[in-house]
Amino acid sequence: MTVPLTLLGLLDREPSHGYDLKRDYDAFFGRGKPLPYGQVYSTLARLARDGKIEAGEPEPGAGPERKRYVITPQGVTVVQAWLTEPVDPEPHLQTVLFAKVVLALMTDRPADVYLDIQRAAHLQRMRELTELKRSGALVDALLADHGLFHLEADLRWIDLTAARLDALAEVVRS
Amino acid sequence: MTALIHAREVELSFGPTPALRGASVRVAAGEILAVMGPSGSGKSTLLHCLAGILVPDAGEVHFGGERIDTMREGQRTALRRDRFGFVFQFGQLVPELTAQENVALPLLLNGIRRTEAMKRAGGWFERLELEGLQRRRCGELSGGQAQRVALARGLVSGPPVLFADEPTGSLDSLTGERVMDLLSSAAREHGTTVILVTHEPRVAAYADREVIVRDGRVTSLSGDRVVA
Repeated sequence: MTVPLTLLGLLDREPSHGYDLKRDYDAFFGRGKPLPYGQVYSTLARLARDGKIEAGEPEPGAGPERKRYVITPQGVTVVQAWLTEPVDPEPHLQTVLFAKVVLALMTDRPADVYLDIQRAAHLQRMRELTELKRSGALVDALLADHGLFHLEADLRWIDLTAARLDALAEVVRS
Repeated sequence: MTALIHAREVELSFGPTPALRGASVRVAAGEILAVMGPSGSGKSTLLHCLAGILVPDAGEVHFGGERIDTMREGQRTALRRDRFGFVFQFGQLVPELTAQENVALPLLLNGIRRTEAMKRAGGWFERLELEGLQRRRCGELSGGQAQRVALARGLVSGPPVLFADEPTGSLDSLTGERVMDLLSSAAREHGTTVILVTHEPRVAAYADREVIVRDGRVTSLSGDRVVA
C-alpha cells in the first residue's frame, strides 16, 4: 500500500484535514497498523511541495492548528494514472518454493515433505482469513478474500508440483 | 486426543484395485475435520468406511468406543439413521417430496410423528435462509438452495456426526461459501462432529484441521504418516 497515493486518493474524494485523512486511512487501509500522525503530515507536505495538493490557511479552533488540504488537477491526474495501472503480479512464493523444491530434489531431500509443510502453513493462514471473514466487516471480508484467492492459487501450484515431483526429479538430476 | 471416531489401518479394495491401504485417522468430538486429497486418492472411500456405509477388508473402525466394522448390516443401518447425518455433492433430495418433507425425512424414518417432524424441519428454514421455500420441490430450487435443504436434512435429527462429501462441489464459490458458513456455524453451535471431504482449500479452511489421503493412506500435513 503506497501511503502518498492513498492519501491523494482520499483527497480526490473530498478536501480533508490531516486528522480526517488519518482516520479514514486507518479505517480502510491500516489493517492494524495505524498511520503515525508524523507520517501523515510529512506526506502531505511532500504532496504539496510537488504540486499535487494545496494546503489551505490554518483554521482557528481548539487544539493543534488545522489545515484543509485540496487536491490539484495534477494530483487528480496522478491518482487516475495510478488507479488504471495494473499492479505487478508477484509470484514470490513460486520463486522461493520452486528453488527449495529443486534444491531438495538435487540433494535427495524430501521435497514432498517441504511442500506439505508449506501447504499446512497456507491452510493455517486460510483458516485465519476465513475466520476474519466470518467475524469481520465487509471491508475485512473483501481483503481476506483477496488473500484467500492468492493462497489458493499457491496451493494449486503446490499440488501440481507435488504430483510432478518424480518427473521433476528426473530433470534436475540428469 | 480422545477420539469419537477412530479408524485404524483400514484397507479396502474394489476388485483388484486397492482404494485404502492402511488408512488411519482419529476425529475428536466436536471437531470439524477436512479430508483432502487428489481425485481417486480414497478420501470418499474413507468417509464411507467411517460412516459404516462400506465395510473394510481389514482394519478397524470405531465410533463412540464401539467397533462398527464388525456390526451386522442392520446395526450399521440403524447407526447411520440414528447417529449420523449426511450431505453429498448433489443434494440427493427426494424429488417427489417438498423441501420441508425432505428435511423431515430422517425424523419420519426415526418414527417421529409427521406433525412433529414437519414442525422441527420447518425450524431449519429460517436458520438456513430458506424462508418461503418449504413447499417447493427439488426441481424448483437453485443448487445453493437444494444444498442448504440437504444440509438441514443432515442436521435435523441432531446427529453427533455429520459426514459431508464435497458439499459445495456443485456450487459457485460464493454460494459454496455461504453453505460452508452455515454448515460450520450450525455444527459448532450444536457440537456436531463434521467429517468433510473436499479438494477445495477454501472449503477446508472452515475446518479445525486437515488430513490428506494419498494412495489410500492418511497423511498429516506435517508429512508424517498418521499412526492410529
